[in-house]
Amino acid sequence: MLKNIFDKDTWQEISEVLRKNKFRTAVTMLGVFWGVFLLVSLLGAARGLKNKFDQELGDFATNSVFIWAQTTSKPFKGFQKGRPITLNLKDVEIIRNGVEGVEYVVPRNQTTSTVKYKTRKVSFGISGDYPFLAEVQKQNLVFGRFIDHLDVEEKRKVCVISVDVYRQLFNEGEYVIGRYISINDINFKIVGLNKNGRNGPSDDINIPFTTFQEIYNKGEDISWMMITANSGYNINDVENQAKTLLKIAHNINPEDTRALGSFNFGELFKKLTGFLSGMQFLTIFVGISTLIAGVFAIGNILLITVKERTKEIGVRRALGAKPLEIKMQIILESVTLTLFAGVLGIIFGGFILYLINAFSENSPEPILVNASVSIPIVLAALGTLILMGSLIGLIPAHRAIIIKPIDALREE
Amino acid sequence: MITIKKLHKSYPIGKDFLHVLKGIDLEVKEGEFVSIMGSSGSGKSTLLNILGLLDVHDEGEYYLNGQLIHDLDERKAAILRNKFLGFVFQSFNLISYKTAVENVALPLYYKGLGRKERHEKALEYLEKVGLKEWANHLPNELSGGQKQRVAIARALVTEPKVILADEPTGALDSATSDTVMEILGDINKEGMTIVVITHEEDIAEMTHRIVRLKDGIITSDEKTNQKVN
Repeated sequence: MLKNIFDKDTWQEISEVLRKNKFRTAVTMLGVFWGVFLLVSLLGAARGLKNKFDQELGDFATNSVFIWAQTTSKPFKGFQKGRPITLNLKDVEIIRNGVEGVEYVVPRNQTTSTVKYKTRKVSFGISGDYPFLAEVQKQNLVFGRFIDHLDVEEKRKVCVISVDVYRQLFNEGEYVIGRYISINDINFKIVGLNKNGRNGPSDDINIPFTTFQEIYNKGEDISWMMITANSGYNINDVENQAKTLLKIAHNINPEDTRALGSFNFGELFKKLTGFLSGMQFLTIFVGISTLIAGVFAIGNILLITVKERTKEIGVRRALGAKPLEIKMQIILESVTLTLFAGVLGIIFGGFILYLINAFSENSPEPILVNASVSIPIVLAALGTLILMGSLIGLIPAHRAIIIKPIDALREE
Repeated sequence: MITIKKLHKSYPIGKDFLHVLKGIDLEVKEGEFVSIMGSSGSGKSTLLNILGLLDVHDEGEYYLNGQLIHDLDERKAAILRNKFLGFVFQSFNLISYKTAVENVALPLYYKGLGRKERHEKALEYLEKVGLKEWANHLPNELSGGQKQRVAIARALVTEPKVILADEPTGALDSATSDTVMEILGDINKEGMTIVVITHEEDIAEMTHRIVRLKDGIITSDEKTNQKVN
């Protein structure tokens, strides 16, 4: 039996049967082709979407929460509602020391200022930052460095600009490290060029926290803070504890849900991950179902063709084909069809992914990033196809040999 | 070459059995050209199927080439068919998507010969039936007589001991029938044992011996006036 599989003549016979019945072959393969095509392109697209999300959000620690202050919505301890709250550096210390499981508390200040370089003048978001911002939000520096401790200690007038700022102020290709730009009419030396994901104006230009305090006259006030949790701690618990402490510190009604705003990255991440794995599951489910339907279609069509070929099979048996040889031939036909259709599906699916990637690379805002399917998945799919192809081939093969040669010959 | 003794065969029809062959004794010697005649329902096709190992008998003995045929499974039967028997059918039974030469080469594939050898041998036998120029034509491009000649070449290609022809001229006009019978006669002259099943008297007359069957029993068995070489 194994000898048969490796016999060149066996394959020549099969390729002859398949080649000389081109239409039948093509129709038979359609289902599996479509299934594999769907599986590959959908899986690739799902991966592309995941990559896109990773790219957009990957710079942030996934167990982080942002907290900022708004205005109170409930009266408390004699204060009227509608009182504006401002967070300050003391709050940072309170949370750092008072909440269990806190890893970092990063205060940030933010405003908008006019930035000038030579004759160009654009309004950008300016953030006052500590170096350890880099711990909670990855800084992708193209050139230079991020704000460091000396910058903060000495209140240096240095800044890190984003690629977006660079594009608007400088000519393409210009080297900017060491150049000076004017922020709020004060000259700042550029020390780094940052290529971050799109996080809005908060990442246009970073300057040292202390410098920000001084030039914008902020004192101890901060705009918002980022908190990350140690591994093993739930970011939701950390968020709730931090808010409770802040409410006590600022005399906010414990029932007041509007006084403090927050944005929980952990939550968002969990939702996104859930969404993505859901989508991946759906993709695999749809792809595999189509694939199974396709393989069944192959089995079905082979069953019909076996009926059609009853006479041919009878002739072959009269001429000396052993039952096993007939069986092997039908199964190998099935496997060949399945495999061939599968490979075609992979090639076409890969081609579609290639097109998607080619388009994405040229567009400034790609929806999918590096849409691709991993080789192990492709190989597993092919292996499954061979298996399913031979299993489904058993049905028509059995059908072919239960017909006695004499009955097969008699059939008109 | 073929010896059968007290051969019985019946088919189940509902609860009853249809007794088709009721004790046949027949001996066909090597190099004979025999026809088995009978009207439809006489049991001649059943006899041929049993001789051709396409069907099994219920009772009696069947020796093919001195070998007692019994307890055949499909695999053994296939091997024996390939080795000892060549078939010629009324409806030719060529495989429609294979060319003439590929059809002739098919039994050799099941015999396990290499592709090149198969092709050469198939061409050789096509030449023998005068169809070498038609080697690469598909069956539907051939006339009925040509198809039957291809089928004869296919039956001969494995160099069997016996050719079994089931109504070989049944689908042919009389002129073509004569040609086909002439070819069979020529093959017989080279020493091949041939058994022809027919219901046509003039076809049977072209063989050397006529065995008449009626209702599952041999009613007569006599030589014709054809000259035996």
